Amino acid sequence: MAERSSNLVPIGSIRPHVGGRHHILSVLVENRAGVLARVSLLFSRRGYNIYSLAVAPTDDERFSRLTIVVDVESVPLEQITKQLHKLINVIKITEIDPADALEYECMLATINAEAGARSKVMELVEIFHGEIIDVSLDRLTVVFALSPEKLDDVEAFLAEFGVIELQRTGRIALSKLPKPARRPKKGKIS
Amino acid sequence: MRLTGAQALIKSLEMEGVETVFGLPGGAILPVYDPLLESPIRHILVRHEQGAGHAAEGFAQATGRPGVAIVTSGPAATNIVTAVADAYVDSIPIVVITGQVATTSIGTDAFQETDTTGITMSVTKHNWLITQARDIPRVIAEAFHVATTGRPGPVVVDLPKDVANDTMEWYWPRRLDLPGYQPTVKGHPKMIEQAAALIASAARPVIYAGGGLIRGDASNELRTLVDRAGIPVVTTLMARGVLPDSHPLCLGMPGMHGNFTAVTALQEADLVIALGARFDDRVTGKVDAFAPKARVIHVDIDPAELGKVRRPDVPIVGDVKSVIPEIVRLLPSERRDISAWLTQLNAWREQYPYSYEPAEAGAAIKPQYVVERISALAPVDTIVVSGVGQHQMWASQYFRFESPNTWINSGGLGTMGFAVPAAIGAKAGRPLSTVWVIDGDGCFQMTAQELVTATAERIPIKVAILNNGYLGMVRQWQEMFYEERYSEVFLSPDLPDYVKWAEAMGAVGFRVDQGSEVDPVIEKANQIDDRPVVIDFRVDTFEKVYPMVPAGAPNDDIVLPPHQIRGR
Ligand SMILES: Cc1ncc(C[n+]2csc(CCOP(=O)(O)OP(=O)(O)O)c2C)c(N)n1
Ligand SMILES: [Mg+2]
Repeated sequence: MAERSSNLVPIGSIRPHVGGRHHILSVLVENRAGVLARVSLLFSRRGYNIYSLAVAPTDDERFSRLTIVVDVESVPLEQITKQLHKLINVIKITEIDPADALEYECMLATINAEAGARSKVMELVEIFHGEIIDVSLDRLTVVFALSPEKLDDVEAFLAEFGVIELQRTGRIALSKLPKPARRPKKGKIS
Repeated sequence: MRLTGAQALIKSLEMEGVETVFGLPGGAILPVYDPLLESPIRHILVRHEQGAGHAAEGFAQATGRPGVAIVTSGPAATNIVTAVADAYVDSIPIVVITGQVATTSIGTDAFQETDTTGITMSVTKHNWLITQARDIPRVIAEAFHVATTGRPGPVVVDLPKDVANDTMEWYWPRRLDLPGYQPTVKGHPKMIEQAAALIASAARPVIYAGGGLIRGDASNELRTLVDRAGIPVVTTLMARGVLPDSHPLCLGMPGMHGNFTAVTALQEADLVIALGARFDDRVTGKVDAFAPKARVIHVDIDPAELGKVRRPDVPIVGDVKSVIPEIVRLLPSERRDISAWLTQLNAWREQYPYSYEPAEAGAAIKPQYVVERISALAPVDTIVVSGVGQHQMWASQYFRFESPNTWINSGGLGTMGFAVPAAIGAKAGRPLSTVWVIDGDGCFQMTAQELVTATAERIPIKVAILNNGYLGMVRQWQEMFYEERYSEVFLSPDLPDYVKWAEAMGAVGFRVDQGSEVDPVIEKANQIDDRPVVIDFRVDTFEKVYPMVPAGAPNDDIVLPPHQIRGR
């Protein structure tokens, strides 16, 4: 799994290489002991890399949902999903096409914010719909829930202030909803 | 009815129809061994837990029913991991029950605690750690179901000692709740139609018959397809016997040490029909150069096998036993004439059969000759079990297999030491069959102690050691690919003294170093039915396995035995 917690890593190098090689798997699993171990072991055993992973219970307490971002070519991806399907505790796998996905991720960051820098931070928080959730004399902790790309931007901005600690959750995703076909416009202004 | 967890476990095994288990007790599994005293289940006490695992595998392969092993925690659980991994790659249904420290001690590095489910996770089809006594019947029922259905495989059930001692109200689950486990059995009709059409139009078709046909009990179905469509068949190392070697369309084994015709048939085919086969690297050689002219129909119950190595033109997920008859049903009556292809194959068979140079008078016995003679003198219904190495390849090449489940070997993992315990399992499962082990001297030394088990439990297996005094297969590679720089492969033919060792373990021991003695001693061994027999065949050290496709080379680079090349 990619290491994301250290603030010593230059921003550029921790950006995901999410070109054509990034895939989102939404995996519904039985809520049993060891499920996460089985899934992650399968990835490492078959030589695949998990880029990010988010786990949470679903509304049905028997199941949990894993959102796994993998970076691979599409052929091994087929192998991954087939192998994942073989795990007895895996119920359903949905591949979400990144082009067709609503991807979100959450980030907590504690940054330097001496008196002079504070208003700038607040401006940033406002622009990106974040929130300041903790304050000390010279530091602020902020939270953002955004698309991963926007979050990268925020991260870059925050770096300017000096990041003390930063934690991202890994993405979660849902497919975009179908939209009604656009009706051809008539001359009338409505 | 109130039962202890241990009683519930034994009763669950009985409910599953288990008659024989292989195992060895210890601290954490002690509660389970107590109710075993009252059970009709036969327990065979092995001398090492690896032996229990291989015996369960041999039992499963000989009978088609799941093999069961019971061992304690910690070192016993780790001892059996090799056999579990072996069963995993060869898709053998075994159920392994391991003792575990009490739930209250798990995670504390307690005495004989190992993380058994963690350790076996990647070599089992599934595993379970039972945390409450009332889960026992459910988990055992699930374990047998998972092990034996779909693509079969090993499962491990880890049972903590306090759970075994706790009590529960007995029940037997009427329905299993495994929402994530629904193997596909029926093939897709469209794909089956396409397959039938392709078969009818192919000029050079070959059936690539894999071990899945044996596990799937589909040898009759294969036979029908072959007879109806008249298509030649190669039988992989895991599928030897699925079509009788005497069948005119059986070409024998393909792959690294396969015969010229089987290897070349795949290379020249315009259609490869893979049935329960997985395009293993020992069969394909260099993948890009494998069967380069062929379209591929691939039938397998495991969807992940389709396209894993070679992208099929017609992928069919399903059970071979159900898919093959469907293909047969849809075969068009008009089919392309393939007689030119069959003529070509027969010409190759004539020209390049398996072949070795017979021993000159007074010279060491040829190992191939020993296998030929065991085969010729074998009573009907003989099961052959082999170790891993040159002797394994000679056994597969020179023994004539006439029915499925008569050839048991460690194909995917290549586990030295497999043979003796697996043979014990096979004989325990099919006591009326003759069971011959064809073993190497190196392999024999890894698990020979199980002959004590065989003697004590009156399981009269027969062991032919092809004693070449070497780790022969490794020696062959060093000779061919490391400029004859022999490194740590010499064992000595005399140390240990196999005859004395056999006798010490309660077996009858023979030594054979004259060609003329081969038949009489095999016949003597065939007569002995009250104890194990070990024959130390002193065979030619320098014999190599041919043909050979060097690892990673294209199959077209097949190397024939020198005398065949000279005769070319
Ligand atoms: C447990 C294990 N260790 C090592 C090997 C590697 N190996 C493959 S064949 C072989 C030699 C086997 O020697 P022997 O049993 O005498 O058989 P031979 O090849 O001489 O017939 C070895 C060491 C293996 N397959 N399994
Ligand atoms: Mg040897």
